[in-house]
Amino acid sequence: MNNLLILPIAFPLFIGMLLIIFRKNIWLHRLLSPVACIFPGMVALILMNQIKDSGIQTLQLGGWQAPYGISLVADMFAAILLFVTSIVSLCCLLYAFHSIGKEREKYYFYPLILFLITGVNGAFLTGDLFNLYVFFEVFLVSSYVLITLGGTRNQLRESLKYIMINVISSAFFLVGVAYLYAVTGTLNFAHLSIRVAEAGQDGLITTISFLFLIVFSLKAGLFLFYWLPGSYSVPPGAIAAIFAALLTKVGIYAIFRMFTLIFYHQPQVTHMGIGILAALTMILGAMGAIGYRDLKKILTYNVIISVGFILIGLVAFTEQSLLGSIYYLIHDMIIKALVFLIGATIIGLTGTSKLKDMSGLIRTHPALGWMFFIAVLSMVGIPPLSGFLGKLYITKGAFAASYFWLGGFGLLASIFILYSLIKVFMDVFWGETVMSEDEEKGTTKGVMLPIVLLTGISLALGLGAEGIHEYVLIAAKGLLDPNQYIFAVLDKGGI
Amino acid sequence: MKPNDVILQSVTKVTVIIIFTFSVYLFLNGHHHPGGGFIGGLSTAAAIVLLFLAFDIEKVRENFQIDFKKLAALGVLIAIGTGFTGMLAGDPFLTQYFNDKNLPIFGKTELATALIFDTGVALAVIGTAVSIILSISEGDSLWKR
Repeated sequence: MNNLLILPIAFPLFIGMLLIIFRKNIWLHRLLSPVACIFPGMVALILMNQIKDSGIQTLQLGGWQAPYGISLVADMFAAILLFVTSIVSLCCLLYAFHSIGKEREKYYFYPLILFLITGVNGAFLTGDLFNLYVFFEVFLVSSYVLITLGGTRNQLRESLKYIMINVISSAFFLVGVAYLYAVTGTLNFAHLSIRVAEAGQDGLITTISFLFLIVFSLKAGLFLFYWLPGSYSVPPGAIAAIFAALLTKVGIYAIFRMFTLIFYHQPQVTHMGIGILAALTMILGAMGAIGYRDLKKILTYNVIISVGFILIGLVAFTEQSLLGSIYYLIHDMIIKALVFLIGATIIGLTGTSKLKDMSGLIRTHPALGWMFFIAVLSMVGIPPLSGFLGKLYITKGAFAASYFWLGGFGLLASIFILYSLIKVFMDVFWGETVMSEDEEKGTTKGVMLPIVLLTGISLALGLGAEGIHEYVLIAAKGLLDPNQYIFAVLDKGGI
Repeated sequence: MKPNDVILQSVTKVTVIIIFTFSVYLFLNGHHHPGGGFIGGLSTAAAIVLLFLAFDIEKVRENFQIDFKKLAALGVLIAIGTGFTGMLAGDPFLTQYFNDKNLPIFGKTELATALIFDTGVALAVIGTAVSIILSISEGDSLWKR
C-alpha cells in the first residue's frame, strides 16, 4: 500500500474544483495551476525511486483487496510517463499564460487543463480496465471542451468530428470491456493476465484484443488517424501542444499495457497486426507531412509518424526494442510539445500558417529559429540529441527480431521527417526578411520561457541519457515480465 | 396571451415538498439499501427543475441564490476531502470509518464517513444536473457577454 499513488490523480482534480469555486480570481488560477502540475511530477520522482528500490507500487483504494476493489498500480513505465506529463503540462501552462487570452481564462481554461491532467495521470496509474475507460472519459470530456472553447467556426466544425469519433470509440471500448468480462469474469489487469494465460489466448480472446486495438488506435492515431490533423490544428497553440504531447501518448500507453500484460500470447497475430498498422501509419503520415504546405498540418502529420515509430518497439518485443520505445516516447512527448509551441509562436508572429507567406524570420528571431532547428534534428535522431537513443534501440531491436521491413520503414520515415521539417525551417527562417518587427502580428515576449525550458530538457535528455538509463531499463524489463506486475497487485500471485 | 398555468403551479407547490422529502429519504436510505447520493441528488435536481418549469427561472433564482456550478465543485471537493481523511490515519485513500453512537433523539445510530462522501456526491449531482438544464435554457451564447 502506498498512498502516494492517489496524489497525481486527486491533487489536480482538487485544485481544479477549487479554481471553479474561485472563478473570478484569475491570479489565483495562474498561481495554483502550475503547482498542481509540478506536484504530480515530484510524486512521480519519489515513486520512480521507490519502484527502483522495492518494486512496483500499488494502492488498493479503501482497503478493498484486488481483484475486488479498485487498484492503482505504478510500475516504472507509468511513473516515467507521469513525470514527463508533469513537465510537458507545466510548459504548456506557462505558454498559455501569455497567449491564451482573458476570455478563455475566464471560461475555466485552467480547471479544464487540470481535469485533463487528472484523466491522463489516472489512465497511467489505474490497475483495472474499467477505470482505464473512466479516466479516458475524464480527459476526453475535458478535451472536448478545450477544443470547442472559443467557439470559432473552424473549431466547431472540427470538434464535431472529434467528438463523434471519440464517442464511437468509447462505445467500442465499453463493448470490448463487456466482452472481456463475459469471457474472463474480471477486469483487473493483473487478474486478467492470469486468467488469459490460464485459459489460453484462443480465437475469441484474440478477436476481443483486436477490438481493443481498434479503440486505442483511434485514440492514439495509429492508422485510424483521419480525425487528428483537423482537430489538432484548430485550437490555440497551448491547447494543441498539450493534445499533441499527451493525448495520443495515452493511447500508445494503453496499447503497450494491453499487449504486454494481457494479450501477449499470440504475437504472430496481434503484434503482427500492430506492425502492419504501424508501417501504414508511417507511410501515410509521411505522405501527409511532405504533401502539405501548411505549418500546422505538417506538425500534426509528424505526430502521426512518431506514433507508428514508437509501436515498432512493441512489435519487435525484445528488451532492446522496448527500451527504445520508452526512450522515444519520453523524447516524443517533450519534442512534440516543443515544436507545437514553436509553431504556435511562428503563427502568432506572422498571422498565417501558410508556408509561402513566411520568410526570413531568422533575422528578427534567431533564438526561435535555432531552437526549432535543434528540435528538428532531435526528431530525426541526430546523435547527441534526445531522439537518437530511442531510434537506435528501436531500429536495432527490430533488426535483431528479424523485422527488417519494419525497421526499414522506421528509418525511411526519419528521412521524410527530416525533409518535411527542414522544408519548414528553410521556408520560415531562411530567405529574405519580409516582415519587420513593427509589422508582426504578435510578440515572443513571455512565451519564450517554456520553449527554452523544453529545448533545455530535450538537450539534457539527449546528453544525459545515461542518467535515466537505469530507470528505463527497469521499465522495459517490467513490460517484458508480466509476473512482476501480477505479483505486486495480487498478493504473491494468489487471489 | 398569457398562458394559464394555475394548475401546474398549485400542483408544483405541493409536489415539490414531497419530492424533496423523498429525495432526503432516498439519500439516507442508500447507506444500506437501494438509494444513495447519486439518486438522491438527481431527484432533488428534478424538484428544482420542476420549480423552474412551473414558475420562471428568474423568479426561482431570486429566492434560491446558489451558483450551481460552484455547488457541483463544492460537492466534489467534499467527496475528495473525505477520501483524504483515510490517508491521515495511515489507511488507503477512500477508507471509510463507522461507529455506533447513542444520540439523544434517534437512539442507537450508525455514524459513517461514507455519509459525508455521499453528501459530496449528492451536491455534485444536483449542481451538474441543474447547470445543464440552466445552460440549455439560455438561448444566446454566454461567450458573447
